Amino acid sequence: MQSPSEKKVIRKVIFASSVGTLIEWYDFYIFGSLAPIIATQFFPKTNPTAALLSTLATFAAGFIVRPFGALVFGRLGDKVGRKYTFLLTLVLMGGSTFAIGLIPGYDTIGFLAPILVLLLRLIQGLALGGEYGGAATYVAEHSPENRRGYFTSWIQTTATLGLLLSLGIILITRKSMSSDPADSIRAFEDWGWRIPFWFSVILVGMSIYIRLKMHESPMFSKLKADGKLSINPIKESLTKKANLKMVLLALFGATMGQGVVWYTGQFYAQTFMENTIKIDFEQTRTILICAIVVATPLFIFFGNLSDKIGRKWIIMVGLFSAVLLYRPIYQKMIDISSVAESRVDNSKTHIDRVLKPNAGKGYGLQNTTAFTVYENGITEKKVHVDTVYSSGVEKPQLIDKTSKELPSDRYWMMVGLIFLQILFVTMSYGPIAAFLVEMFPTKIRYTSMSLPYHLGNGVFGGLTPFIAVLLGTMYTGDLLVGLWYPIIVAGFCLLIGTIYLSNKIDNNVKD
Amino acid sequence: MNAIKKFFGVVWMILGVVTYGILLKTALEQISAKPTTDTIVQWSIFVIIFFPITIGFLIFGWLAFKGAYDELPTSSDEIEG
Repeated sequence: MQSPSEKKVIRKVIFASSVGTLIEWYDFYIFGSLAPIIATQFFPKTNPTAALLSTLATFAAGFIVRPFGALVFGRLGDKVGRKYTFLLTLVLMGGSTFAIGLIPGYDTIGFLAPILVLLLRLIQGLALGGEYGGAATYVAEHSPENRRGYFTSWIQTTATLGLLLSLGIILITRKSMSSDPADSIRAFEDWGWRIPFWFSVILVGMSIYIRLKMHESPMFSKLKADGKLSINPIKESLTKKANLKMVLLALFGATMGQGVVWYTGQFYAQTFMENTIKIDFEQTRTILICAIVVATPLFIFFGNLSDKIGRKWIIMVGLFSAVLLYRPIYQKMIDISSVAESRVDNSKTHIDRVLKPNAGKGYGLQNTTAFTVYENGITEKKVHVDTVYSSGVEKPQLIDKTSKELPSDRYWMMVGLIFLQILFVTMSYGPIAAFLVEMFPTKIRYTSMSLPYHLGNGVFGGLTPFIAVLLGTMYTGDLLVGLWYPIIVAGFCLLIGTIYLSNKIDNNVKD
Repeated sequence: MNAIKKFFGVVWMILGVVTYGILLKTALEQISAKPTTDTIVQWSIFVIIFFPITIGFLIFGWLAFKGAYDELPTSSDEIEG
């Protein structure tokens, strides 16, 4: 039993660690969520796909450097301490996020713009690589042994809540730029996208203040007092066979599968809804937000459950469900957003034209929006923008957007399908912090657990949307071809985890 | 169970080599079919980043084959020792 003062301490530890980690995830994900806009701002506009891929490549670069961040900051955390290391990662993350919001576009400073964005994105990736392991280790080292899964599961909610916060801030900003919705979207795409990046400074400032008041992890302090700190944590983690085998097992038997499940359920699902089945921008975000809000408490539930029945099988059931159900789920997403077998309801179909004169310049922009309403309730919206000169001559522009708005019943079905995917995420991700902490000794824990976590999540997981989109462009006949990547990776991880992992909970993480 | 762990160790080693071979072949095909900067950069990233991971997978297979996973450590002394 914990005393009231111990309970108060652990609550403070969880709060301070979780808030900082949540903000780091927010910083990291606003870039991903704004990928198409960033593409038009910072990368040469050869064609939209190239621009999107360039941004996703930058996105991937952010993920690929995460394992290096795990090594650099993991080493620091095992030598200097957990507290100062994850304070440093927070400052680096917040600073680079704010700076991205300040960089002038490609039209203004040319190739310097994408180079600066890439550089700052790499710093973000490095910082994130150091943050998570520190927070998870810090909380676990404060937790009582029979509640480690429960307490660390609060850290596990932060990645999803960071994504939620980023989606929410983006939606609010996008709607608040002007009283006219079309003007608001235009202003957001022009410069308003920078606001979510600037907003980060306030969040990071608050979090630094909270974290400065925290004490060092008791286990690390004891090791330090006893003079038992590792001299070279990276060398010990990767060159000692007994430890290397555990790092490899953690990667191939747990985190690589968990990583692809995380990014499929929360990122690829968003890309798929918006780009493949053409769901409206706002609906895509609100669908994801609803599903995340409902599913998030399940991280705590499965973390708590793992204290009672062990971590392994909860993670494995999450992977198994994903492997088995991804294709049926995505097929259903295609079906409920399809208008192929539905007739047009001519009584509701209409065209809106809005002319925005550009005072004194002799031309204006004409927005033509064709609303096609189908009998299944789906509204297809085609937006076309032309330049109209005062002489009456019209010059067509290259802005053509098609999107679909789902009726209420189909909207909630879509929420349900995304919820299912996030359910798999909560199963595979909820217990993983406790699972990793228990695999490694205190003196090299930060380094050893961070590396497989960020290889699994950064490389295997972070590349999921990128590889899935790429597969879609290579094999155009199958809309679900992108799913083979997460299915195969999660499938092998499931097999390896089932055969090699142990379900035993380590009761002593003080050694 | 230990025999299965060792048998799959061989499977992982073969799988690692075959998968990386397929990745390399696909990368070369894609780059020669469309030798643009985007294509070269994307596929080079994959080839480079998955190389050390493949090496790790081969080591994992080798360790499994040699019986390193027959017993998992139960205390940190076994890892540090």
